[in-house]
Amino acid sequence: MSVTVSPKRLRSEFVRKVKELSGENIQLCYQCGMCSGVCPAAPDMDLSPRQVIELARLGMQEEITESKTAWICATCLACTVNCPRGFDLSKLMEAIRLLTLRKNVDHVRPEQIPPEERDDIPQIAMVSGLRKFTG
Amino acid sequence: MSLAYYPGCTLKTKAKNLEEPAIASLEVLGFKLEEIARWNCCGAVHSLADDDLIHQVAPVRNLIRAREQGKNELVTLCSFCFNTLKRANLLMKANAEKRNTINSFMDEEINYSGEVRVVHLLEVLRDEIGWEALAQKVKFPLRGLKVATYYGCTLLRPREVAIDSVENPIILHELVDALGATPVDFPESTRCCGSYQIIRDPGTISAYAWNILSSALSHGAEALVLSCPLCDYDLGQGQKELVKRRDEFKGMPLFYFTQLLALALGLEPQVCHFELNYGNPESLLREKNLLP
Repeated sequence: MSVTVSPKRLRSEFVRKVKELSGENIQLCYQCGMCSGVCPAAPDMDLSPRQVIELARLGMQEEITESKTAWICATCLACTVNCPRGFDLSKLMEAIRLLTLRKNVDHVRPEQIPPEERDDIPQIAMVSGLRKFTG
Repeated sequence: MSLAYYPGCTLKTKAKNLEEPAIASLEVLGFKLEEIARWNCCGAVHSLADDDLIHQVAPVRNLIRAREQGKNELVTLCSFCFNTLKRANLLMKANAEKRNTINSFMDEEINYSGEVRVVHLLEVLRDEIGWEALAQKVKFPLRGLKVATYYGCTLLRPREVAIDSVENPIILHELVDALGATPVDFPESTRCCGSYQIIRDPGTISAYAWNILSSALSHGAEALVLSCPLCDYDLGQGQKELVKRRDEFKGMPLFYFTQLLALALGLEPQVCHFELNYGNPESLLREKNLLP
C-alpha cells in the first residue's frame, strides 16, 4: 500500500489525540512486526497491528477509522509483552476505538445481542465487551 | 487462617463451579475465604485510555473496602477481576497525580495509595501453602488424568501483574502434578481465547477455540484446566460449534482448577457442580475411575 505523507497530516489533531489518549510514545516503534507476528487475531485484520502504528503516526485518519483492526483486537496483550521497544499497542488500539465511541457511535448495540445469548453470557464478557464497544 | 476474598459478579451466577469448590477446598487446607463486605463489580477490564480515571473508581473502591476492613491482602479467583484489581492497585501506588484525582473524587472514602496486595488463589496455593504440603493433603490422587494447562491472558499479561513467568508459566503444571494428575504442556497455553469478542462476533470464537483445543489434543491431553470464566465460556461455546462441524473432534472436557483441587482433596463431587461444565467432564472422570 502507498500513502502520501504531508506535514499537515503529521501535525494533525488526529495524531495529537491518539498520543494523548494512549499516553504512549508512538515514535518508539521501529516497525519490526513482532506485534503482528504474535497477534492471534492478525489473520482476520484488514490492517496488521504494525501497519496501524505506522498509519496512526503518519496521521492517516481515514485508513485507521475505516479499518476493522481495532475492533477485532481482544486486548490480549500478546503484543504488549513482546514488543522489543516497550510500546504498548493495546493503548493505541483503545485510543482508536475511543475516537469513534466518544462521538456517541457505538460499535455493538446491546439490544442486538439475542436474548438467549444475553442470558447465557457471563457478566465479565458482557461488561468487558460493552466497555470496549460502546461509548 | 482467614483470607479476605473478592468474588466478583460472574462467580455468584455463572461460575459457581469455580467458586464453591474453592471455598470448600481452602477450608480443608486450613484457610477461610472471607468475602469482603459491600464489594461491587470491578469493571471487568482495565481502562487503557490515559485520561479515563472514572473507570478506576470501581476497582479502587473494592480495594478501599478491603483496607477499611483491616486487610492487607485481597484474594481473587476470577482471572479478569484479578487483572483489573491488580492494575488499578498498581496505578494507585505508582501515579501520584492520578491517585490524588481519584482520592479527591471519592471524598467520602478513606485515602488510598495501593496498600492492599492483590493476589490470585493460585498464588496462595503455591506461596502460602506450597506444592509439597498440598500434595500431602491429597486423599484421592487424580491418577491417569492427562490435563492440558491453559492460562489465557489475564493471569500473565501485562508483565507487571503476572503471577508467573510470562513466557513459560508453570504454576498450573505444578498444581496438576501435586494433585496426582498428569500435566500436559502445550504451545497455545497462553494464547487468547477471543475474550469479549464473543459479544461482537460469536462466529469467530470457534476458530480461537480450535487453535487452543486442537493443540492440547495433539499433545495428548484428555481435558483442559483453566481459571477464567470467560475462557471457559469461549472455549465451551466454541467447542459446541466444532463438534458439529468437525467429525474428528468429539469435544474436550473443561475443568476449573478448583474442581480438580476439590476432587483430589476428597471432597464430595457435588461441591464441584460439574453439571455447569462444558465437554462432559463427569463421563471422563468415570471412565478413569476418578469419581467416588
